[in-house]
Amino acid sequence: MSALPPSRFSVLSSPSPDLLSPTNSSTRFSLPSGPAIATATAGTPKPLSRPNIYDRPLNKIRTTEVSASAFAFLFSEIVQYMQKRVSGINDLERRLNTLGYRIGTRVLELMAWRAESASKAPKRDIRFLPVLMSIHTNVWKAVFGKPADAIEKSVQNEDEYMIIDNDPVVTRSISVPRDMSQLSCSSFTAGIVEAVLDGLGFPARVTAHNTPVDDFPLRNTILIKLEKSVLEREELFK
Amino acid sequence: MAIFGLWVINKAGGLVYQRNFADGLVQLTSNEYLVLAGTLHGIHAITSRLSPTGTSSGAQVIEAETFKMTILLSPTGTKFVLLTSLAETSASTVLQKVYEAYADAVMKNPFHTPEMPIRSEGFDTRIAALIGTGHT
Repeated sequence: MSALPPSRFSVLSSPSPDLLSPTNSSTRFSLPSGPAIATATAGTPKPLSRPNIYDRPLNKIRTTEVSASAFAFLFSEIVQYMQKRVSGINDLERRLNTLGYRIGTRVLELMAWRAESASKAPKRDIRFLPVLMSIHTNVWKAVFGKPADAIEKSVQNEDEYMIIDNDPVVTRSISVPRDMSQLSCSSFTAGIVEAVLDGLGFPARVTAHNTPVDDFPLRNTILIKLEKSVLEREELFK
Repeated sequence: MAIFGLWVINKAGGLVYQRNFADGLVQLTSNEYLVLAGTLHGIHAITSRLSPTGTSSGAQVIEAETFKMTILLSPTGTKFVLLTSLAETSASTVLQKVYEAYADAVMKNPFHTPEMPIRSEGFDTRIAALIGTGHT
């Protein structure tokens, strides 16, 4: 940390040269007024009174939650980071989808494991509709802490289903500028859904679309386009 | 009791957000607003150094004959200024909520560049819900 901290970390309204000197790196945490904050202890973490999240039993952390603000800041940085490295909106959505996919595979794994330890006779759904229902309620609850708001089936296309979220947690604090209005950061959620479906043996292409209505300006539709093989298999079950 | 306008001034003294809510003050051009915000930034810096007993947060309320301006300085140096009538008592609570909306709808928005003018629909909506639509 020998370099001058980037200007966005400087917190003074009227920076004095002495406070911005590179040797005094604690300026990043100081406030223009008010009590001094002890920054000296920041380097040495205190011994934890309870084991960290990695050491606790998986089933016990079922109801623990992470800070929505912390996630929002992290996600914001992710989007900014990716935006510098992509060629267009489609590319950005694809990358967000990929990122969500990596999370989705883990979500599915964890949910399968929890279902197995929770019930005596855990079963695996092999029909599409129960799977869709479980994504709508269980996956959404595990990831966002609330079920999604609706499921719809496309009228025009046999192979299309939609999951609708009126107030998606992921994009709650995001205002997309007008020139990128097609961009939907819920592609991240679409990636999660795609991974869960893939993992359960329902290969599909999942995309996210903004579908604002007056009451819910952030309303988002996750569009699931199933592969032909899935539909053919569903036919055989009938 | 009326709220006339809201300014957000970045830590360098630039006006990054300005919105009027009620008539009562003279309409200015955007350039004049920029100059005023810069001036206020300077005055604030002076007032924060005047305290005889160590550090000071600087001016918090400036009162005139027909209006007052309430200033909230965030720990990061961003200033929120609310122009209200003299009788308005809720100014500092409103400012706290504006700060909250700013943290939620501006700082967490990946399409906002820090220290640049705020163009975020989410922030506009939050402010409108908080103070009223008015006119921009």
